[in-house]
Amino acid sequence: MGIFNQIATFRHGVHPHEYKHYTESLPVERMPFVEEYILPLGQHIGAPAASIVTKGDKVRRGQEIAKAQGFVSVSLHSPVDGVVTGVELAETLTGKMVEAIKIKTDSYSSQLLHPSDPGDYRKMNVDEFVSSVQRSGLVGLGGAAFPAHVKFKIPEGKTCRYLILNGCECEPFLTSDHKVMAEQPEAIVNGIKILNRFVHAEKVFIGIENNKADAIEVLTKACENDDNIEVVPLVVKYPQGAEKMLITAILDKEVPSGKLPLDVDVMVSNVSSIAALSDWFEEGKPLIERVVTVTGDAVYRPSNVLTPIGTPMRQVVEHCGGLLSENYRMLLGGPMMGMIQRTLDIPIVKGTSGMLLLGDDIIKTPQEYDCIKCGRCVEACPMFLNPSTMGLLAKKGLWDDMEEHHVMDCFECGSCSFVCPSYIPLVQSFRVAKGILREKKAKEK
Amino acid sequence: MKKVIISSSPFLHDSTSTPKIMWEVVATLLPLVLLSAYYFKLGAVLVILFACLGALITEWVFSGNEAFRKIKDGSALITGILLGLCLPPGFPFWMAFVGGVVAIGMGKLIWGGLGHNVFNPALVGRAFLQAAFPAAITRWALPNDGSWLGLNSGNAALPFQQMKVDGLSAATPLSQMKFDHDYGVLTDQIMGMTSGSLGETSGLLILILGLYMILRKIIHWRIPVAILSTVIVFSGLFWLIDATVYPPPTFMIFSGGLMLGTFYMATDLVSSPITPRGQWLYGIGIAVFVVMIRLWGGLPEGVMYAILLMNAATPLINKATKIKPYGYK
Repeated sequence: MGIFNQIATFRHGVHPHEYKHYTESLPVERMPFVEEYILPLGQHIGAPAASIVTKGDKVRRGQEIAKAQGFVSVSLHSPVDGVVTGVELAETLTGKMVEAIKIKTDSYSSQLLHPSDPGDYRKMNVDEFVSSVQRSGLVGLGGAAFPAHVKFKIPEGKTCRYLILNGCECEPFLTSDHKVMAEQPEAIVNGIKILNRFVHAEKVFIGIENNKADAIEVLTKACENDDNIEVVPLVVKYPQGAEKMLITAILDKEVPSGKLPLDVDVMVSNVSSIAALSDWFEEGKPLIERVVTVTGDAVYRPSNVLTPIGTPMRQVVEHCGGLLSENYRMLLGGPMMGMIQRTLDIPIVKGTSGMLLLGDDIIKTPQEYDCIKCGRCVEACPMFLNPSTMGLLAKKGLWDDMEEHHVMDCFECGSCSFVCPSYIPLVQSFRVAKGILREKKAKEK
Repeated sequence: MKKVIISSSPFLHDSTSTPKIMWEVVATLLPLVLLSAYYFKLGAVLVILFACLGALITEWVFSGNEAFRKIKDGSALITGILLGLCLPPGFPFWMAFVGGVVAIGMGKLIWGGLGHNVFNPALVGRAFLQAAFPAAITRWALPNDGSWLGLNSGNAALPFQQMKVDGLSAATPLSQMKFDHDYGVLTDQIMGMTSGSLGETSGLLILILGLYMILRKIIHWRIPVAILSTVIVFSGLFWLIDATVYPPPTFMIFSGGLMLGTFYMATDLVSSPITPRGQWLYGIGIAVFVVMIRLWGGLPEGVMYAILLMNAATPLINKATKIKPYGYK
């Protein structure tokens, strides 16, 4: 923890306008069931799941419809009672056509949960726990959608001394984690206790940025009887929710380049994932829905919506009153690291933390100037890289020189592009460089 | 059909921009222009104006289609004003104009324009004038003489006309120090009541404006801190050894172009190092050169050459002081 500051944080970083006022005071509402759901088989990092249903099959809400393929992969469950209309190609957020299960909703069903059997975690060993979590379909809900059970499985020889729950939600606009923390503190504390039976952390920290006073309050209250769980308020700064930055902010430790948090005895997990873990073991409810922040100046009624996975985004927007302008851009995730979309006709997936519908007032694309070496990017980069110099190298295509400047350590938070007064697309060019360097490495092998 | 714009994150941007930074620097230069107008009357304003004209016209002529945008970014205007501020009050207008042309042409455009130059453009212009017109650039007028609309002697000289020698020129504090061991009155130097270049005379005003720029994060704080503290320590050392031969550090700080050079030229973003350690090294280097040239060199003033020398070293300094990234402890 910061020695000189009362409130912890990391060094460098930026302060974008928060834009959280659209949804931060609204309670979570439930998305009504719609006619059709589209469930891509690969919604997570790793191998896509394999469908175990075929056209015409009746499925129940919560029933497993695709099984994990290998260890780095998770199951997929039906979000509704209905009938499978096909296993066919559908467009997803990357623009690619991928295989997806399409389900037509049974409009006469009561849509009660058909619980799975997670098993009794009190009697499980680590491997049973890990495979149970894999069956729940749980992934990291912060946006990366990395299978949770893979992270929970501590490799031989590693220990987890500290468990950190990531409640920073440092991206502007997003309030879904905030709402889960404020409304389900008991589920989070219960999830921590379940997980900690298997990872044996000495101390659990819940890192929350200071702009979520209600979440800090209710969570502090929820864990007041647990000495080993501590809520840590953090300075509001982007990208504090990045794993490495959060570890530095709370523990004042640096994760060595190319290593994982477990190499410094730390495990980091998103708060919403932990609440979902509790839902699985207590209610047998797999990951079939999540809180999505639907927000921005181009949507009529910004809201926090508990949305079944697979709901077409167009219907979510309609539920929120529709669009205010023809000229809008839709981003999935936050505005700093999210992905822009060309269509609303794609489904909500497990990693969709927010849908941002932005008009021209917020996104600006001014003309670029030459680098004046002002050093603002150097002062912003949380990884202590030199974006200015790397940007000049990228313009000349000197990828190998960029590697010497540690471009591979860039995790693409976008702070450099955010502060650049010359509007140089710095992080954008680093993405290109990283891709080219990775390809080169693969060829050499 | 609706236009679909696909780009990649981040989609938000800070409210600042390069032209905004440049125009804010122009705004901080205005008090200096006003003060020099107060001390040196209309002649001073016209010297600065002609230097600016030279700079802006050159930028315009050589920028082709982008001319308007280049002028609008404000950087050529900064160069023009800065050049004007480091010229003597009685400097011929046409020479100031030529200085502006050379500053932008040789100092900036031949390198590739804004952001690509190695040397501070205003100082390149000043160095050229020093070499081309050594007599005109060392003729100094005392402040507060003549009427408000009066020109300073020498201002109206035409190109290549025989220079008239007159009795108005006075010695600057630095040349008095150099040749007469007379350090003058410190409060005069702080307030600007001495002879010298247009914008160099009031150390106090420059200090205030410099602090403002540091607080606004327009310039890096490390460079001025490094220069001023090193000058104080380094020259103070000699002063302590022999106060009869060497001037006191306060004199070194507030005389000549040190303040203007420290806050407006050494801190030029383009030509100074980008790494934190590099900025310290660069500032210390400038200070050491300034003290060496002033105390032992043949010239009374050394700020210009000190900054130009360290400008040349900047690429190397950047390379030698790479920042250690996160995770490489």
